Amino acid sequence: MICDLCGKKKATVHLTEIVDEQMLEMHLCEECAREKSVQMEQQFGLSDLLAGLADFGKQVKDYEKVKSVCPSCQLSYEDFKKFGRLGCSECYTAFQDQLGGLLKRIHGSNRHHGKSPGNVQVKSVKKTENIQDLKQQLQQAIEQEHFEQAAELRDKIRALETKRKEDNK
Amino acid sequence: MKLNDLIYQSGQWLKGTGPYSNIVMSSRIRLARNLLSVPFPNKAHKKDLVNVLSSVQEATKKIDYFKKSTLFQMNELDNIDRQFLIERHLMSHEHSSNTEGKALIISQEEILSVMINEEDHLRIQVMQSGLNLHETWKIIDMIDDNLSKILPFAFLQHWGYLTACPTNTGTAMRGSVMLHLPALVMTKQINKVLTAIAKLSFASRGFYGEGTQARGNFYQISNQVSLGHSEVDIIQNINGLIRQVIEQEEQARQALILQNKPMLEDKIFRSLGVLKNAHIISSQETIELLSLVRLGIDLGLVKNIDRCTMNELLILIQPAHLQKIEGRKLSASARDIRRASLIREKLGGV
Repeated sequence: MICDLCGKKKATVHLTEIVDEQMLEMHLCEECAREKSVQMEQQFGLSDLLAGLADFGKQVKDYEKVKSVCPSCQLSYEDFKKFGRLGCSECYTAFQDQLGGLLKRIHGSNRHHGKSPGNVQVKSVKKTENIQDLKQQLQQAIEQEHFEQAAELRDKIRALETKRKEDNK
Repeated sequence: MKLNDLIYQSGQWLKGTGPYSNIVMSSRIRLARNLLSVPFPNKAHKKDLVNVLSSVQEATKKIDYFKKSTLFQMNELDNIDRQFLIERHLMSHEHSSNTEGKALIISQEEILSVMINEEDHLRIQVMQSGLNLHETWKIIDMIDDNLSKILPFAFLQHWGYLTACPTNTGTAMRGSVMLHLPALVMTKQINKVLTAIAKLSFASRGFYGEGTQARGNFYQISNQVSLGHSEVDIIQNINGLIRQVIEQEEQARQALILQNKPMLEDKIFRSLGVLKNAHIISSQETIELLSLVRLGIDLGLVKNIDRCTMNELLILIQPAHLQKIEGRKLSASARDIRRASLIREKLGGV
């Protein structure tokens, strides 16, 4: 039998993986099998990573740990660190001090700049949306080679961005 | 629509059309949304999950786009059915376990799918053929706007949409592009490209989703960062990156032809020969051979077979699909035989 991976050497290792109750059989040569076992060892969950990141912040004193429980779903910050999942939207308020830092470490920012739901009317967000719409139109104009329209849109975006910067000063 | 109707159709995203479809197989965007004042699925009680499910179901009845869609409750499907939906890229592995309160909505052409009560209350996904993230965004944005008029989504002005995992907070958007990069693999440049992608905070994974190895030279590239940039900015960043990868792949394809065209042709046509003639074939071998034949089609070397057939085969040769086609459970060795006969039927072999 020939190795399923390299298709050259003789298969001497027979590996059975069970993924979601589905049995996958692989016949591998010694070399490919060694490589595959290294890859398998390297697989570890997102929660391991998150737990590492969440620990990275300032040391939390023992008495603060006791307080860090979400009043709505009863999830403790310790449990969040263990499993990497928050329990409800209230957790974001309950753990806002810790999460602010964590979000910044994950995303490089902790300020939302995207869309908002139709039922939330936020003035500053509306303004952002407008620029987003224009940027999308600009991209399309470029793709369709409507360069005059693209130039107009570009100027509009620049003007709006300058105004936004001045508003924020 | 019944689940079995899907066996005889293929998703719109497999058509093999759209911009850069010689290299880009499909574009996909997913949005995560949660309902306000209901615990996330991992902390929710059965009652909460059932309420979420019925609220979402009621909301979709009021939205035109959902008129031709069907809802499947996970606990009413057997293992093969659920695996079948995963293989079609309509839902995740995670959605097929602990099925209490979980459901999946699929639109008729499989453009839209919504997982209810997976990691978040809603995971909305839209897929299109080729490099088409802007069009994909337009569709999903419209669906999300309509849903948000009816369902109260958990949202904070400074942190955006709130999700069970903080890696999704903000836009809660993941844009992914599925690329076929055989020439970058053959010229041994792929690791360099993947390392550069990782450095730019983008993720790359295989054709068969999260945690899978890249097989058959298919790579899925998606954004990791979801907070701090708008949805359109994220899409533009992905597009910019993908265009560069496409350029690299195109250069590598040209280099392969210039260096040794007969060798390349030999590889491609031998692959086609095996696919047309094999009577027993594993999925691993099939995927690798399909990749080479697809390259042959993209380079204009293989005629009389279209890209769509190749894309469809990538889906059909998977275990649950073979068993659905056959209408019964098949052992691994029986599947290898059925797979070979299916390929021969599709490619007009002996």
